[in-house]
Amino acid sequence: MNTETDNLPPLPDDAGIDNLIRRMADDLSDLLAERQRHRPVLVGIHTGGVWVAERLHGLLRVEEPPGALDIAFYRDDYTRIGVNPVVQPSHLPFSVDDRHIVLVDDVLYTGRTIRAALNEIFDYGRPASVMLAVLVERPGRELPIAADVAGLHLDLPAGEHVTLTGPDPLGLVLGHTSNRQSRTGD
Amino acid sequence: MIPQYDIQLDDRGRLRHFLTIDGLSRRLLTEILDQAEGFAGVSEQRVKKVPLCRGKTVANLFFETSTRTRTTFELAAKRLSADVLNLNISLSATAKGETLLDTLRNLEAMHVDTFVVRHPDSGAAHFIARHVAPHVSVINAGDGRHAHPTQAMLDMFTIRRHKGRFSSLRVAIVGDILHSRVARSQILALNTLGTAEVRVIAPRTLLPADVRTLGAHVFHDLAEGIRDVDVVIMLRLQKERMRGALLPSEHEYFQLYGLTEERLQAARPDAIVMHPGPINRGVEMDSQVADGPRSVILQQVTYGIAVRMAVMAMAMGAPPRDAGEPQDE
Repeated sequence: MNTETDNLPPLPDDAGIDNLIRRMADDLSDLLAERQRHRPVLVGIHTGGVWVAERLHGLLRVEEPPGALDIAFYRDDYTRIGVNPVVQPSHLPFSVDDRHIVLVDDVLYTGRTIRAALNEIFDYGRPASVMLAVLVERPGRELPIAADVAGLHLDLPAGEHVTLTGPDPLGLVLGHTSNRQSRTGD
Repeated sequence: MIPQYDIQLDDRGRLRHFLTIDGLSRRLLTEILDQAEGFAGVSEQRVKKVPLCRGKTVANLFFETSTRTRTTFELAAKRLSADVLNLNISLSATAKGETLLDTLRNLEAMHVDTFVVRHPDSGAAHFIARHVAPHVSVINAGDGRHAHPTQAMLDMFTIRRHKGRFSSLRVAIVGDILHSRVARSQILALNTLGTAEVRVIAPRTLLPADVRTLGAHVFHDLAEGIRDVDVVIMLRLQKERMRGALLPSEHEYFQLYGLTEERLQAARPDAIVMHPGPINRGVEMDSQVADGPRSVILQQVTYGIAVRMAVMAMAMGAPPRDAGEPQDE
């Protein structure tokens, strides 16, 4: 469905993505220890972020299963494009109050998805802290948001987008924004 | 089927008004149910609200009294962060001689985005939808004997939550079909969603002439009609709409059509019992059934909020035709 883009480095396959996630897990462990954040919980953003959060969960020593957020009801483009198809309802299987949350997404681009996710998390309670881990980070931020941990830095032109496919195997796919069927990669 | 102009849909097939189940596709009804699944999760949040419709204004125009429907629409709008105006029209403007259209124009001048309309006349919501400004959505909260589509969709949501697929289900609707806008909408929705068999069970005097053309099997005997069904939907006896002697007495009605634990034995062992409320206890059903383990009547009320959130969010979110193709990100 997507047109492959020339002049870009080859994207990692499932094994490559797994390596990236392992490195993210190591970086997260170090960072959590350094900041003395104990008993963290993972929260993935639908859909790609949930897949990454599930793999991170298998690598980190986190007791509770990861939570999942669908930010459809918190998007800032509702008045322009209407209600988004809901993938899965949000589900946080723990109280967020006073917990250290690691928010996980597949691609960080404009930062608007993360803004929406933060708003939604705070409607569930008051976490002690929130960190951001993303598989792919690309330039183009429209909000003061930065990742604490990123697996891959990708310098894509504005008309291109990158999407995580999965859950098994995981893959990264490039495409033109005009061809997009779903709104991902922001 | 040849696609035809439907006032309920915009040029991209999205919901603009929600007036009747008639003419809506299975895809669209399923989309409403899927959206409602998402909104059902909002009540699990500490802040039982999402910011989706912040800045929008919803006017509840009730030309007929209602407690449950009006309050669940009000809660649904508030949980979407919309502002809500409740107007009891029968007691205000029209009593002073203002016409319906003048009332609408005034509300439009106050920049109301959505009208939720309940009216004793069939077709009232359609009439309003035809006359409102292009940015306004109209949602039918019950018009005469015609339709009550959000009630039907919350019933579909309840059935899907408990029973899963419609294609293997037998559903019986029992009681006053003649006066029931709920029954008409339910039969349409059940058939659109592919229900295996829809039955109506009622005395001849409480059945409309066209019930078979709606796609329902007719039974006059409760014991026979209820056999092996997965879902029993009881309807309220609408005493306020009855003219003349349609029924000998409430007591006799209960003897023939009242649902008791004993009669429910004929249904499937895992059958659920529904009622749109308010219940006339001892007329349509025994208290033992209404409060019993198979009753999902209070869940219907809870789900009604999620379904009404879904319908309002879908209708309010479709921008008017002149808004152009939006830019993402």
